[in-house]
Amino acid sequence: METIKKIWIFYRDGFREMTVGKTLWMIILLKLFIFFVVIKLLFFPNLLSRDYDTDADRANHVRKELTK
Amino acid sequence: MNDLTTVVDWSRWQFALTAIYHWLFVPLTLGLSVLVAIMESLYLKTKSEKWLQATKFWMRLFGINFAIGVATGIILEFEFGTNWSNYSWFVGDIFGAPLAIEGILAFFMESTFVAVMFFGWNKVSPRFHLASTWLTAIGASISALWILVANAWMQYPVGMEFDPAQMRNVMDNFWDLFSGIAVNKFFHAVFSGWALAGVFVIGVSCWFLWKKRNQEFALLSIKSGAWFGLAGLLLTMYTGDGSAVEVTKHQPMKLAAMEGLYHGTEGQGFTAFAILNPEKDWNNDEDEYIFEIAIPKMLSILGRHDANAFIPGVTDIIEGRDIINGDTVNTVSYAERIERGKLAQAALRNYDIAMENGDSAAMNVAKADLQKNFQYFGYGYFDDVKEAIPPIGVTFWTFRIMCYLGGYFLLFFVVILFLVYRTRLMERATWIQWIAMASVPLMWVCSEAGWAVAEVGRQPWTVQDLLPTKAAISEIPASSVIITFWLFALVFTVLLVAEVSIMCRQISKESKKNLSPNKA
Repeated sequence: METIKKIWIFYRDGFREMTVGKTLWMIILLKLFIFFVVIKLLFFPNLLSRDYDTDADRANHVRKELTK
Repeated sequence: MNDLTTVVDWSRWQFALTAIYHWLFVPLTLGLSVLVAIMESLYLKTKSEKWLQATKFWMRLFGINFAIGVATGIILEFEFGTNWSNYSWFVGDIFGAPLAIEGILAFFMESTFVAVMFFGWNKVSPRFHLASTWLTAIGASISALWILVANAWMQYPVGMEFDPAQMRNVMDNFWDLFSGIAVNKFFHAVFSGWALAGVFVIGVSCWFLWKKRNQEFALLSIKSGAWFGLAGLLLTMYTGDGSAVEVTKHQPMKLAAMEGLYHGTEGQGFTAFAILNPEKDWNNDEDEYIFEIAIPKMLSILGRHDANAFIPGVTDIIEGRDIINGDTVNTVSYAERIERGKLAQAALRNYDIAMENGDSAAMNVAKADLQKNFQYFGYGYFDDVKEAIPPIGVTFWTFRIMCYLGGYFLLFFVVILFLVYRTRLMERATWIQWIAMASVPLMWVCSEAGWAVAEVGRQPWTVQDLLPTKAAISEIPASSVIITFWLFALVFTVLLVAEVSIMCRQISKESKKNLSPNKA
């Protein structure tokens, strides 16, 4: 428990004392939001996972695609 | 242009855009992390404040680059699942395993040791801090290892067997993934990052000299950057030589494209400069070059480490001709590869029908037929051998840009080292300071050109000989790829502007502090 507390304080103080780091963290969080929420969810579904329930179905689909 | 061509082309452009953007950050992370670790080691050894200041300054710039660049590579994985779903399934765990290892390793190493690097000054022991800095640097390089192992497998697929039931390549020997191509590719990429970091450090430090701020700090950084960059560049050249041998052995068409070579000879010269003949095709009698300056026998030396060895050109490869120890040898022509690829695909089709009918005997027969010709599976998608030729002009010129700039940077490091030990000369020579600053973006051009040679030169394959781009693509509308291409272009541009402006602001701000404690 003591170790976890120390780690928490280490990170907390580290973030508090940041200067340029705060801007960078804003950019990182904004970037991750754009990548994972906007781009991934709206534009980049994993087609095979979305359209087929089992690996066998996915394999069948790809086999048909590659031999048509 | 039909929709398939449009989807393939836009998806390729989108992948290229994402990879180019991602690669803007990666080499600086790879190089600067090691240089910072060396500086901190010197600080711990000498207890000299000048090394501490240098470590902290370059560590901050490393942090900015790291923060803006982090997770940009994840978009490539999104693209695999959406644009390249056939490819993603086909490559199976061969590609997935290294990427998963990379993801987990990067997450744990980076979230732990990067935090100690930045938050741990005066909170952990100096030795633990140094260990964290080194582990961050090593972790970044190990991350690159997994990515490049996966990439190398696409260029030289080994260590797997194709299972038609699963429609995937199943790994049968993990260690085969560490092929000569993978090992050379990894070290070539990592050491080029060292060279890039060296140029970056010199360029920024020369700005300090030009502004007449913290000159002692700048000179120390220039010395460090120049030695580190020179070592990186020499090692890049050495591993580049290794890569040339591997490419000659396993991807001769790529080598031919890098040279714009159609008809090879024994003791083949290396084209130092040429104007390619746009009329030249693999099956006509036009000259390859309108104008050429060649270094005699050099391509044979580079490709086969034998001044008299034969290097096949595009036409030789397509027609299946090689010369080994003076004897003409017939290799498998591209016409035959296409025929055998179509046989492999017919066998896979038969396997599919047999599977639907539950006929296991027919499945076994079809599987045996498939295995017989599987090594040429991808050629079955071509109707004309011409489709298997990479874009010659782009490959030729990006290779030359990389080589010319590599030569320039060798000279650059030597000149900088000569001048920096004559302190007054370096401080006064504003022309060299300007050249150093202008060289920073050139180093990125060099690095990106190297990537382009590797990736454009292997076209039309996503997986060499097994899966061309037109078969790897998903059935998606071109419009969606075009929209996301421009969306990425916008997001990437904004992020790049943010990085450059934050970096410049930080450099300017720090330059006004006293970074040379002895001069306080």
